[in-house]
Amino acid sequence: MKILVTVKEVAEVEDEFEISGLDVDDRYLDYDLNEWDDYAVEEAVQISEENDDVEVVTVTIGPERSEETIRMALAKGADRALRVWDDDVEAAEFLDANTKAELLSAVVEAEEPDLVLTGVQSNDDSYGATGVALAERVDYEWAAVVNALDVEDDTAHVHRELEGGIEELTDVELPAVMTIQTGINEPRYASLRGIRQAQRKELDVQGLADLGFDADVLETPVERTSMYEPESESDATIWEGSAEETAGELATFLREQGVVEG
Amino acid sequence: MTDVLAVTESRRGELRDVSFEMITAGRSLADGLGGDLHLLVVNGDVDAFADELNREGVDAIHTVDAGEEFNHGVYTQAIEAAHGALSPTALLMPNTVNGLDYAPAVAGSLDLPLVTDVVGFDADGALEVTREQYGGKVETTYELDADAYALTVRPAEWPQAEGTGDAAVESLDVEIDDTALGTTVNGFEEVAGGDVDITEADVLVSVGRGIEEEENIPLVEELAEVLDATLSSSRPIVDNGWLPKNRQVGQSGKVVTPDVYIAIGISGAVQHVAGMKGSDTIIAINTDPNAPIFDLADYGIVDDLFEVVPELIEAFGGETPEV
Repeated sequence: MKILVTVKEVAEVEDEFEISGLDVDDRYLDYDLNEWDDYAVEEAVQISEENDDVEVVTVTIGPERSEETIRMALAKGADRALRVWDDDVEAAEFLDANTKAELLSAVVEAEEPDLVLTGVQSNDDSYGATGVALAERVDYEWAAVVNALDVEDDTAHVHRELEGGIEELTDVELPAVMTIQTGINEPRYASLRGIRQAQRKELDVQGLADLGFDADVLETPVERTSMYEPESESDATIWEGSAEETAGELATFLREQGVVEG
Repeated sequence: MTDVLAVTESRRGELRDVSFEMITAGRSLADGLGGDLHLLVVNGDVDAFADELNREGVDAIHTVDAGEEFNHGVYTQAIEAAHGALSPTALLMPNTVNGLDYAPAVAGSLDLPLVTDVVGFDADGALEVTREQYGGKVETTYELDADAYALTVRPAEWPQAEGTGDAAVESLDVEIDDTALGTTVNGFEEVAGGDVDITEADVLVSVGRGIEEEENIPLVEELAEVLDATLSSSRPIVDNGWLPKNRQVGQSGKVVTPDVYIAIGISGAVQHVAGMKGSDTIIAINTDPNAPIFDLADYGIVDDLFEVVPELIEAFGGETPEV
């Protein structure tokens, strides 16, 4: 069995930041493994530990910088990694979910995994669409927002986490794409041994041509036209001063409101 | 070719609120485009649902009587058929857990550009949509240069439509191909039960990622204790297993409406806000003055919770635990 896990390096914005052009200035961005993908990697690695002959391959659309994040996934137990990038992708202003799904579809067709695990969404763009869009393109079945996964022969028994504390119990025919929700497992920390081993694992870089595309694949009718900080809607009364003073204000408020007696 | 087709959503015999928000959002987009608003109802008691959905602003309601509960394969086939019959400019779908289980597939098979989790649009000229990025710290606008497109709209962003409409209701003739369905929905499970019902609490002390480590949880437990409040949390705390699922406030947890909600180290992600914005008084303690929680808060303290909470515990005669 082969499991392909999509791994994204996401940008987190610092508390204070500036926007330059159509994105937050790079000086204010910190990069890390997408939180949802961390759970997807863990799920794949757990399946590989519980079963014989399971290969876990990660795929990332990202620049060279993202190799640090990819090595982290390898250190946690993935067997090898693919990174999709070249000068044309670098030059593209942004990749929408359809474009990412199209790029990943070529990887799925080449690797032919039984199971593809993606995060439900990414911390930064939060499209939440790439996994299901990918499934449609490669003619796989799928399930979105999975918080329990049990693979048995050619069927996956899953729980989909619906709103309001309800889970849907669904059987999904393999091959399939699952978008993995946080909390499905407890992602491990990479061990020192894992980190050392990760350095020796295969990390293959493929460009558009390697995947059978030309630069046209990056064209999209969706164009980002602006980015700005939303005007604060806050009309909160902010208590100021030392912690002792602000806590005092809050304590007085709670007493006056009758929340606490005495 | 200026119409809007909006897909509604139901679960276990009831239309979900988002269905009525789809009418408001869809009507506003249809007005911008100068076209009609069509609704699509796919599962459950579709005739009764069509009656309920017949509110002001709806021009036509199309029903596909296809099963009791949601199945993404059925939805995909039904929407493709409706889209083929109506050729709408805009296909609107809810950005819900189920919406995200079919919208990207439908957009793919119909070859439509897709923008998800839209919070605003302007159809005067080429369509421009607004969405959030980086956890709500910035907003971005996107222009869609296409004759037809698909959007998912954020729940609770538009008000629910009211009034009585005079929409034509018709059953859409769609033959669902059962052999093409690769998933089977076997049932549902209620989670988040347990000993404490946070929806019953008058005062909630709610803790988020800012608490940093499981070892620090006793700090907020003690605060809840001295305030005679109930302890709740945002999602990451439950994901990490630091508090049980029945304490989770938010979209996938509980919706709470206490008299006082004290958010400690909670940034205020949209999924969390969905569960607590109905609280009477909201108090936020957070180090980041730009955290979205302050947009919602009535009172706030911009400071380190590890400084403020011990002072607060002391103010009520408690003893700060060693953390």
